[in-house]
Amino acid sequence: MNALKPFLSKPWLWSWLAALATFIVTILFTGGASAFGLSQATLTFAAFSVLVGLGQMLVITLGPGNIDLSVPATITLSGTLALKFMDTQDTLILPGLAIAIGIGLCIGLANYGLIKLLRIPPIIATLSMSFLVQSMAIWSNRGLRIKPPEALAAFATGTTLGIPNIALVGLVVSLAVWWLLERSIYGRWISAIGQKLAAARMAGIPVDGTRCLTYILCAILAAFCGYLLASFSGGAALNMGAEYLLMSIAVVVIGGSAVAGGNSNVPGIWGASLFMFLVVSMLNTYGFGAGIRLILTGLIIIAVIVAASRPAGAR
Amino acid sequence: MISESETCPVVSVRGVRVAFGAVTALDGVDLDIHPGETLGLVGHNGAGKSTIVNVINGGLTPHQGSLAYGAVDAAGGGVSAARAGGVRCVFQELSLCPNLTVAENIRLMHQGLTGVGWRREALSLIRAKLSEIFPGNRVDCAATVAELPITERQMVEIAINFLSIGTPPRLVILDEPTSSLDAALAEQLMAHVRRYVAGGGSVLLISHILGEILSTSTRIVVMKDGKVVANRPVSGFSGKSLVEAMGSVVKEKVRAGARDLSKAPLAVSLPAAAGAATAFAARRGEIVGLAGLGGHGQTDMLLSLFRSRSSSWLPKRPQEVAFVAGDRALNGTFPLWSILRNLSIGDLGALSRLSTIAHGEETALGGEWKSRMAIRTPDMGNPILSLSGGNQQKVLFARALATPAAIVLMDDPMRGVDIGTKQDVYGIIRAEAEAGRTFIWYSTEMDEICLCDRVYVFRDGVMVAELTGDDISEERVLAASFQGEAA
Amino acid sequence: MTRLSPQAIRLMIPVLSLAVLLAAVFWLQPRAMSYMGMNLLFNLAVPIALATIAQMLVIAVNDLDLSIGTFVSFSACVTAVYLPTAPLVAVAILLGAICVYALIGILIHLRDLPSIVVTLGMSFVWGGLAVLILPSPGGQAAGWLRALMTASTPFVPLAIIASVVIAVVAHLLVMRSTLGVAIRGIGGNARSVARAGWSVMKIKAAAYALSAFFSVLAGMALVGVTTSADANIALRYTLLSIAGVILGGGEFVGGRVSPVGAVIGALTLTLAGSFLSFLRISPDWQIGAQGAVLIIVLGLRLLLARREA
Repeated sequence: MNALKPFLSKPWLWSWLAALATFIVTILFTGGASAFGLSQATLTFAAFSVLVGLGQMLVITLGPGNIDLSVPATITLSGTLALKFMDTQDTLILPGLAIAIGIGLCIGLANYGLIKLLRIPPIIATLSMSFLVQSMAIWSNRGLRIKPPEALAAFATGTTLGIPNIALVGLVVSLAVWWLLERSIYGRWISAIGQKLAAARMAGIPVDGTRCLTYILCAILAAFCGYLLASFSGGAALNMGAEYLLMSIAVVVIGGSAVAGGNSNVPGIWGASLFMFLVVSMLNTYGFGAGIRLILTGLIIIAVIVAASRPAGAR
Repeated sequence: MISESETCPVVSVRGVRVAFGAVTALDGVDLDIHPGETLGLVGHNGAGKSTIVNVINGGLTPHQGSLAYGAVDAAGGGVSAARAGGVRCVFQELSLCPNLTVAENIRLMHQGLTGVGWRREALSLIRAKLSEIFPGNRVDCAATVAELPITERQMVEIAINFLSIGTPPRLVILDEPTSSLDAALAEQLMAHVRRYVAGGGSVLLISHILGEILSTSTRIVVMKDGKVVANRPVSGFSGKSLVEAMGSVVKEKVRAGARDLSKAPLAVSLPAAAGAATAFAARRGEIVGLAGLGGHGQTDMLLSLFRSRSSSWLPKRPQEVAFVAGDRALNGTFPLWSILRNLSIGDLGALSRLSTIAHGEETALGGEWKSRMAIRTPDMGNPILSLSGGNQQKVLFARALATPAAIVLMDDPMRGVDIGTKQDVYGIIRAEAEAGRTFIWYSTEMDEICLCDRVYVFRDGVMVAELTGDDISEERVLAASFQGEAA
Repeated sequence: MTRLSPQAIRLMIPVLSLAVLLAAVFWLQPRAMSYMGMNLLFNLAVPIALATIAQMLVIAVNDLDLSIGTFVSFSACVTAVYLPTAPLVAVAILLGAICVYALIGILIHLRDLPSIVVTLGMSFVWGGLAVLILPSPGGQAAGWLRALMTASTPFVPLAIIASVVIAVVAHLLVMRSTLGVAIRGIGGNARSVARAGWSVMKIKAAAYALSAFFSVLAGMALVGVTTSADANIALRYTLLSIAGVILGGGEFVGGRVSPVGAVIGALTLTLAGSFLSFLRISPDWQIGAQGAVLIIVLGLRLLLARREA
């Protein structure tokens, strides 16, 4: 029993247990017939949430007040522009990826530039930026649906050894972020900043540089997600990013990362992303509508945050 | 004047004891404040002045002893009992809501103010009170507090506490009330205090300007190390005898012979600020002390020195400066982390390959400093908060000393640290200084100031004196910290 | 020259930006300077202004409400489904919702929770309830509501009158009443408010309940204008309301809010959108213009603040 203790104290464990339970309940209803298909769909859709969730997680690690509201607009703009640039030509797949990442870089830089130059809270800086970016996306999209290059579409919808390629990409990115967070100097720095900004500065950490890099990473991950999402769904749509605003924050909270900053984990993002999609499938299987699903999601988020909290003044 | 024993005291404190962890802040204090007297309260850093104020205004419940307002026992009654007892307190830090107007603040502070026309009533009351205390003032009472200059904010806060709405004020505590007032305003305030007291009110006055204390108080209480060491009518004191009373009883501490380093190369130098008596310089291998009463600009100087010599955008290696925090909760420890991580954050670059942290080297560093600093823990992987305050402080020292920084800034880091730990750390600081590191050490403890090679004394945000060699003594530091006749 | 208070300067920026935008619209399209024109320009501003006041009340206690968009949608759905047929049921549901808001305020205070996450969770809940009540777009506006929102008032269009009324009522409530003073006091220095003997929890609950009340009004006004509802009708209000408060001179922390400014901020945002269509620039840039106005105004404010310092 004692051997289990460190494992039980992991904050990401609960999201995985919840995901597993939901999966089993869903499979029970269909008598196991849909297990394979369900796993495939879950892994694919969870991977998209994971990509944006990881970026948002890094930003939230920076501490209270840090949040990136420009995620959905970034997804839409990068998906739209990358597909437009590639213009269905297979040869332009990699340059298209570079375009998407470049868009992320610019948006992240602009976000932190606004925060620093106008001395405004991140929430209002990224909000204003998202208005601008969303407009650019609408303007460049113009209702035309450009298909992704065939090879890219095949990759995005295909599988390798039975596992969706998107999920594999999500896994590779997760490993990279895990290394950043747990093994690199940068990870220590963002955790220190999130715990106590003043102490971090006085410990000699380059606070502004680190925060700027974090906003850039978040935007790049969102842009990358937009690139893949547009390729997966056969074209960019103007509302393709919309659901990822709340989703990206929700998976961070449910995954057990500290909302007050300083303490985050990568496995929880996966657990929460899988869970969020599985809840939808479970309720659909049992014939419940979108309403119940949304209410349940909301109540879960509130329950998680209340459970993780302490009463005011008890320090 | 009637003798004190015949009147019932406004506030009566008996045998009060307060401890913060291992540190005793108040050690059996008795204090009576009678109607019609101004009690001057003086003492050096850590004497227990603000603690006794907090006990009297209900913000702090003493661990032992009794407290009564008038004839009413008020043990554990808190802020509301104090207010009902007529105790008003002007805090050192601004305690008004900066975003509200003066009238709105009065409405919040005095719940007795009700009815439709409360704004007009509050305005006329405060205007009358302000011109009573500060005749000829031009405070714009219709403004929000944030719009007022700092001087006027303090005037308003003082006036609000002298207002009589609902319960009339019986005791007004003024904690450094003139710190933002010019000489003329300060004199007006002191005159008002004398008038108010003549009318039967009482005032508890804390000030670092001894002239104010001597000219306004009817009785003076001197505190030291959590005890009342003198309690006499003002006629029994002169500026000189006050300073002496604040000093330690045991004189002539063994000083570790200050070294003369005036030939050593300069490590830092700053030009003299406006109003300062001296410029600042620190030489290689020197221990420079920053003395004076707490909150007179020492920490600000250390912070700006640190900021000017480190970058917020790019990592700077090797680091020029390292900082040891005194207020651990504010800018010292990282509460979610282990002891080891709190230690190694100072110089991760030295522990990494291709920005990946080498765990073996990190653990080795932890082991080395655990033994050097004698950090009392079974495992450096334990959370930092599992350590006692003194041991946490050792970790912060280790964090700074583990860097290659040539200059170490220390922001009164020994507050609340036990004596054993202190001796350990003093030895290490000495050794590191001999090896060529420069220490700039703000301390509120006289023993530590006496360990320095050279000392700058701060008052009102600037350096007012430089002491070297044998001049570094408690008397000289006290005399420079307190402005007034003693100087 | 009389000395202008920083508060007045702060209010001047939104007033000026609204005036500049309005002048530009009239210059581009003189026909807009008519009763009908003004009505068209500002019709949708009324619900946005109400939602902005709701957000402002929460911001005044140093919190932030990310659920306003879905809550206004929820209120709109209740209004469109129940108000015409079963007005008592509608009123009961909406009153219950206001109580829930007060409870949320208490929960946030007692457990010291981040308001952003709690209201994020609530936004899913309100969204779900809205879908349950009205699964597909529909419903209808109660006759009196429709009549009220489309009334032709003499000389000045209703949208303008309504905005003025909202601003005045909110100003009296937040800037003049004792409760308003206490709410802003918590934003400014919660410790001294508690030290003076007030219950911070009760004041916070009241701020949240008032906020919910204004959101409910926003939902009803929206149905009155559009005559129907759907579960996603007001999702953009969350971000618009935050932008409106900031545009109107409010700040996220410190209890510095301005109800009049907030209403003007909401009008400016509405106008920034329609302005482009007069410039014959494609409506694609409508949202972008709102973002740009926000950035420009915040930049101006910083410049002015620097000059004062």
